[in-house]
Amino acid sequence: MGIDRRTFLQLAAAGGGAVFASSLAGCASLGGAGREFHFVQLSDSHWGFQGPAVNPDPRGTLPRAIDAVNALGEKPDFIVFTGDLTNTTDDPDERRRRLAEFKQVVAKLENPHVRFMPGEHDASLDRGEAWKEFFGETHYVFDHRGVHFIVIDNVSDPAARIGEAQLAWLKDDLSRQPKDQPIVVFTHRPLFDLMPQWDWTTRDGAEAIAMLMPFQHVTVFYGHIHQEHHHRTEHIAHHSAKSLIFPLPIPGSVPKREPVKWDAQAPYRGLGFREAEPDRREEWALQEYLVSGRPA
Amino acid sequence: MRRTRRGFLLAGGGLALAAAGVRVLAQSSERVIPVRTFKFAFDPSVIELKKDEPVILELTAHDVFMGFNSPDFHVRSDVVPGKVTRVRLVPDKAGTFTFLCDIFCGDGHESMHGTLIVT
Repeated sequence: MGIDRRTFLQLAAAGGGAVFASSLAGCASLGGAGREFHFVQLSDSHWGFQGPAVNPDPRGTLPRAIDAVNALGEKPDFIVFTGDLTNTTDDPDERRRRLAEFKQVVAKLENPHVRFMPGEHDASLDRGEAWKEFFGETHYVFDHRGVHFIVIDNVSDPAARIGEAQLAWLKDDLSRQPKDQPIVVFTHRPLFDLMPQWDWTTRDGAEAIAMLMPFQHVTVFYGHIHQEHHHRTEHIAHHSAKSLIFPLPIPGSVPKREPVKWDAQAPYRGLGFREAEPDRREEWALQEYLVSGRPA
Repeated sequence: MRRTRRGFLLAGGGLALAAAGVRVLAQSSERVIPVRTFKFAFDPSVIELKKDEPVILELTAHDVFMGFNSPDFHVRSDVVPGKVTRVRLVPDKAGTFTFLCDIFCGDGHESMHGTLIVT
């Protein structure tokens, strides 16, 4: 007898395999008929990266994750990549080659509903010019099953700013949302000062958070720091995702932000992706997966 | 003795110069530390400071636009090629602190950081 995905999540939670955002707040009132759905978050694939000491399989890791997403028992409504699709290069032609290759690789996702945003590796050296040629606008909104999704670009400015123009755009968009509207923000860098010494911040992120603060149900999903991390700014929850190339250390745990070395005894350790689902308890349930597709 | 107007003006100018000199001395008494930036490093990358001793960091960029950021002391500045940028830093706590380039400047950007050692 099979089990449905919701039952699986509940069982996994009982075993500690899932994080329920109830303890983290920032959850949306999303339960009830017509709003059951889930999405998959992938992040920081850094296509083009070379560094055998931290990942001897740089061209195989993302395809493994894609196979795992395709094999999920219940298909996500959509998939989102929260930036750093490619590894940075000073060569504009090489940047475009990497973006083109990445696009070919992710075309193997069976789900056609895929949302993208850039990371600083993709966009900071040319203010997103090459990225836009392949994926379109770097900030946008969309609505799905009663949730308002906002994609914020905090990387096209090499100084890690959202910028006045985009903040004005955000303010205008939010002015049209009721205060009880469930909102999810996708972005690359943390909007809060997680670790400025390691460049884990957005210089004007506090302005975006201040605009979001009046809304009752806001959750932020981001990448950049190559590990799962959960934080709150008052009632707003922030969840970062694992990478698909190499893990980075826990913030402040070591003097320097250097990639964690590959462990041949546990290949792909620290890498993975997640599912996120609004559940009936007015919460976001997160299920973390290894690159192989096994629940983490 | 009667002082002529010319003499008064000269004497006044001397006082003004002396006052200005005091100001210059006050400024120059703060240690100036030249810091060069280039892809993808600071030179020097380790800067030793004394707690509560103000210093002037004289920043120059030798190739591309960079940033200097010391989050622990809330000091940051753009570092623009062709321009000398001076920032004042007063280390109010002892320890070892990271400073970094906070303008994404190229494929070695993420290794572009240095250390302030405050004793």
